Amino acid sequence: MFLAASFWELISLGPKGYGDELLWGALRTLQIAVFAYILGIVIGFFGAIAKLNGGFVIRSVFEVYTTVIRAIPSLVLILLLYYAGTDGLNQILQSIGIGPIEINGLVAAICVLGFLQGAYSTEVIRAAIKSVPVGQFEAARAFGMSAFQMLRRITFPAMLPNAIPGLSNLWLVCTKETVLISVVGFTELALATRQAAGNTKMYFSFYFASLLLFWLLSEVSGLFFTWAEKRVRRGQPELA
Amino acid sequence: MVWDWLPKYAPLLLHGLWLTILLLVLSVVFGFILAVPLGLAQVSGPAPLKFGANLFCRFIRGTPLLLQLYILYYGLGSLFPQIGLAYPSFKTEFQWLIRLDGFYYALLALSLNFAGYEGEVMRGGFLSVPKGEIEAARAFGMNPSKVLWRVWFPRAVRNVLPTLNGEVIIQLLSTPVVFTVTVMDLMGALYKVRQDTYRIYEPLLFGAAIYMILTFAMTYAFKRIENRIPQRR
Repeated sequence: MFLAASFWELISLGPKGYGDELLWGALRTLQIAVFAYILGIVIGFFGAIAKLNGGFVIRSVFEVYTTVIRAIPSLVLILLLYYAGTDGLNQILQSIGIGPIEINGLVAAICVLGFLQGAYSTEVIRAAIKSVPVGQFEAARAFGMSAFQMLRRITFPAMLPNAIPGLSNLWLVCTKETVLISVVGFTELALATRQAAGNTKMYFSFYFASLLLFWLLSEVSGLFFTWAEKRVRRGQPELA
Repeated sequence: MVWDWLPKYAPLLLHGLWLTILLLVLSVVFGFILAVPLGLAQVSGPAPLKFGANLFCRFIRGTPLLLQLYILYYGLGSLFPQIGLAYPSFKTEFQWLIRLDGFYYALLALSLNFAGYEGEVMRGGFLSVPKGEIEAARAFGMNPSKVLWRVWFPRAVRNVLPTLNGEVIIQLLSTPVVFTVTVMDLMGALYKVRQDTYRIYEPLLFGAAIYMILTFAMTYAFKRIENRIPQRR
């Protein structure tokens, strides 16, 4: 805007510019998002199987987990779990005689977000498994497949086409939720941008830059998931 | 667990709850009013409008609400004082704009965000109305605006009502971010209690329970509404 001439200098890499700080922040964001997403899918996969096949107790536990997580704002949960998680772990460690440890902020962030993602993934994967025709499982059993074989050969490939649209949505939610981590003081893209903008007083330009970075990520991810869905759907009839 | 702070901070929390509900209702209303033309433009607008509406929806959906809020609050918020420095007359005439409360920026950000998501939902809604119904309306001699308000729009809304209801609940769950721009909504009040009393968990647990109750109440209410509107499939 008025200061546009110096903006390129300020956003450049190197000691004078904030470009490298922003890119670092973006990298951190991506790192958190990727690992939290993977953790979420792992939880979701087991959660879905537990909800579909588990006994009453296991089913109830996962029911409470998915219901409660999805009814409370992520921001509240992140604050709660971030402090409760690190604090609780230290208390456990102290009680067994190992002194308090400094818990890596990155790891804590990934665990908290992954835990939230897990609740959403559970529902997506559960619905995807449920939409696989029962006959396919019965056929697999009739062929004498073990539970694990059935999971690997039938359940997984058959539910994937149904799960990918929901999972792609979750990835976008996951990337967008990483910025909430900035509230607990962890430096990722949002906090890096805030610091750069605050130091230079060029709020508009810096926020715009980080919004564009985010948008780029979302659009590229969108392309990837479109490709992935086409791939897992190959051989299946076109959707209406 | 220590809960003795609760009576003292009850008025603050109640006011926070009021602000949260106010932000939710206003942003849903304003956002939906914006979403209808956004959806319509994407379905039947001329190419530039279609492109613009699609770009807006993709941008909103592809970026985090927190950063959208920051660019409005810090970006726009710092632009007005700068204009005021350059033009003293602006400073005297638009004093209110320079000193605008965080609440209004939060409302703007939430409304635009809701509009972006719902613009996409309404696009699907408008597309889901069978062509025959619109043709029938035209055959009755309705002009385009009558077709829209009597047939196309109500049918589209009915088709996406469950989605819209879900989105309103998601909107409730995204309102807490406004506390980062000094709005004393429920989250802001909870944060203040935390800072004043040094209790880490209790205020947040209390807040989590309130949000959960709100979510369940809204889910129940929406289910009732959906059941009351007859729909033949």
